[in-house]
Amino acid sequence: MAGKVLEIRAMSASSTPAPGIRSAPVVAKLIDTSACIGCKACEVACQEWNDLPPETTVQIGTYQTMPDTTPSFWNLIKFNEHETDDGAFHWLLRKDQCMHCADPGCLKACPAPGAIVQYNNGIVDFQQDNCIGCGYCIAGCPFNVPKMSRQTKKVYKCTLCVDRVSVGLEPACIKACPTNCLTFGTKEVLLQKAKSRVAQLQTAGFLDAAVYDPPGVSGTGVVSILAFGKNPEAYGLPKDPSVSFAVEIWKGPLKWIGNIAIVGGIIGTFVHYLRFGPKHVPEDDKAKQADAGR
Amino acid sequence: MKPVKVAQGNVLRYNFTERLVHWTAALSYIYLLLSGLAFWTPWMWWVAMMLGGGPVSRAVHPWMGLIFTAAVVYMYRMWLPDMRITPTDLEWRKTIRAYVRNEEEEMHPLQAARGFDRFAPVDRFNLGQKYLFWLMFWAGLTLLATGLVLWFSDYLPWSLRWLRLLSAFLHPVAFLFTVGGFIIHVYMGTAVVRGGFSSVIRGEVSESWARYHHRLWLDRVTGASAAKK
Ligand code: HEM
Ligand code: SF4
Ligand code: SF4
Repeated sequence: MAGKVLEIRAMSASSTPAPGIRSAPVVAKLIDTSACIGCKACEVACQEWNDLPPETTVQIGTYQTMPDTTPSFWNLIKFNEHETDDGAFHWLLRKDQCMHCADPGCLKACPAPGAIVQYNNGIVDFQQDNCIGCGYCIAGCPFNVPKMSRQTKKVYKCTLCVDRVSVGLEPACIKACPTNCLTFGTKEVLLQKAKSRVAQLQTAGFLDAAVYDPPGVSGTGVVSILAFGKNPEAYGLPKDPSVSFAVEIWKGPLKWIGNIAIVGGIIGTFVHYLRFGPKHVPEDDKAKQADAGR
Repeated sequence: MKPVKVAQGNVLRYNFTERLVHWTAALSYIYLLLSGLAFWTPWMWWVAMMLGGGPVSRAVHPWMGLIFTAAVVYMYRMWLPDMRITPTDLEWRKTIRAYVRNEEEEMHPLQAARGFDRFAPVDRFNLGQKYLFWLMFWAGLTLLATGLVLWFSDYLPWSLRWLRLLSAFLHPVAFLFTVGGFIIHVYMGTAVVRGGFSSVIRGEVSESWARYHHRLWLDRVTGASAAKK
């Protein structure tokens, strides 16, 4: 989308290195879940800015708009109900969207050249015109983010408003948030900010408060502050997400073993033929000799 | 076997159904191989372009997979009695090195009469052919099962994520096994065992070919007893 301004640092199914050499500050979105009031302004802003068609809301017994994100609904506030040991009730609101992993499993798993790219500012973006609709990214993503459209057979997800960011604007959801729950900036600065907020929460009695920036995917471009940081599952976040072992082997050693075996097999049969040639049926040979001698 | 007219000195090795099923498997497999290799490595992506582009290859691939597995399952129905591995096959395996080195002349009955019978006689299919059959059968079923999961992977709930990952991993593993079998099979069937290719096209082989490569089978279909040779 913004290839002219941003360079590409990593590209799916590329047999050569991605072209980006310029350094750029890594951007991030900080979500202070403790400051979220569940107003859904971000959901609306996302739909508006991205010109997404309206999605039917689904009543699931909470205030949540629908059960899950969809191909045309990329940003969903999840309303998790949580009871602590002392019997207190908490609403754990979480902004469900693409995490913009530094080590994206979706990109690793994708077989279509250029269908998933990572810009040098860390944003992971799907290029639908290169997507073949195989769904491997769905298997590769540890956060259940990519959603396939039944209509177009392509996957869609949050772009971190790369079109806005590349011209110096903040993402639409950040702009809309009324409580400062959402902030945007360079990851370095935001992490500092997150740390002081965590300290604040801890003095306020949330002793387990922590920053959610999972190292299993080398950190994410969407960083959350969780009041119950020891228990990210309560928010619907995986405890220790990483690119699956199956994906790492499949796209790593298996690729090499397979390529060597295929090329080796072709060369092997060729050399075998040079050395041993075809099999002869002696009786047929004799008949042929007899024919030739006549 | 139904009486089918064959040329003088020939025997029928593959009837029409067998040939049709074989080439249904072969042609659908070649499509699967080509499109599969494009998904396997970016080095082969150009193949997907030649097949109509990435999305088209992705859309057609699973349908070809259904045709391929159907053909392989039909082969199972057709050839199971001929493909069971017998004690004679295990005898034959002991000398497989010599078979690979084309040193099995001694297997020929004329040689055998002179006491050179180092090679166990072969029925309709030799052990290598049986291995290919079983490889294609089991790999085919694995490819079908994992392929179905990948085909509808976006319908799978998040709780079954492990199934999606397992399939994404096992599908290429099974694929690699079939590629190995396929390379050897095509090489043996066309370059090494001359006469094999025309048999799977037109159905017939010469009696001498059959006696040399598949003596037990020839004896069986011509009704000749072992004593007669
Ligand atoms: C271009 C591709 C292929 C070629 C040129 C080819 C060639 C042949 C030939 C020449 C034979 C007869 C061997 C003989 O009776 O001596 C044969 C048999 C057979 N083919 Fe293929 N084949 C191809 C693809 C396949 C595929 C994809 C399968 C997978 C199911 C397959 C399965 C078999 C089986 C099970 C037999 C009977 C046993 C054997 O000869 O191994 N073939 N094929
Ligand atoms: S569905 Fe599209 S983006 Fe996802 S892995 Fe397949 S080609 Fe890549
Ligand atoms: S959250 Fe999923 S879709 Fe987003 S970058 Fe990470 S792996 Fe890719």
